[in-house]
Amino acid sequence: MDIKVSVREAPGDCYVVDLSGEIDVYTSPKVKDAIGGLIDRGVYHLVINLEKVRYIDSTGLGVLIGGLKRVREHGGSVNLVCTNPQIRKIFDITGLVKIFGIFDSEDAAMKALV
Amino acid sequence: MNQAIENAAPELVELRIPARAEWVALARLAAATVANRLRFSIEEIEDVKLAVAEACTAVIQHEGHGEFIQLHCEATRDSLRVRVHDSGRHDIVSDSARMNFDEARIAGLGIFLIRTLMDEVSYDVHPQHGTDLLMVKRLVGAPA
Repeated sequence: MDIKVSVREAPGDCYVVDLSGEIDVYTSPKVKDAIGGLIDRGVYHLVINLEKVRYIDSTGLGVLIGGLKRVREHGGSVNLVCTNPQIRKIFDITGLVKIFGIFDSEDAAMKALV
Repeated sequence: MNQAIENAAPELVELRIPARAEWVALARLAAATVANRLRFSIEEIEDVKLAVAEACTAVIQHEGHGEFIQLHCEATRDSLRVRVHDSGRHDIVSDSARMNFDEARIAGLGIFLIRTLMDEVSYDVHPQHGTDLLMVKRLVGAPA
């Protein structure tokens, strides 16, 4: 079990964080470090691509919420790309669909960044 | 192997893992394997995986947890019963004081997920023997 994290710059002063694997209490610190590192560098507009994430738990959600909270302090935003119905279900039942912008494609998530 | 349990004695699988983050994946996979013995849908099996992982994570994140987490998964004809046992001493008041607001909120999210995804959830706290969390997932159509 592992999580792969990669970061790439995108047009419009924005970065995309690609995640692949499982996000749980063991792997979420790696995700937190990647997102936190970008914010520390002054990147406040993020798209986090969860298309290749097979599993996420509350610690993973916590990392995403923490990242969103930090960028919002700087007028930024975090949009998610999520096509896995099981992952989407977790956002639905926790009500996080009302907090995050969740999109079916990276292109749509990028266009919707504030 | 996906042979449903019919007219058979309950099947019990027990697992003891170190109470550390790197072992939670094994607990959730074990629970999913037992759930797969019943006629749960893939979505329901994912529910069980997440609920078990949240229970183990809650143990790990509480101060004073035991060295091991014991997982008991019992598959009956119409339900899956999962018991997560932590032999540590839990002090809810001191846990709450130790956690910052965000940590407490995420811990609450985990408990919320467990309650939402499983059909029955109960706690049993023994001052001397630790804490049991019992979760039940019933097959659709099974009596409550």
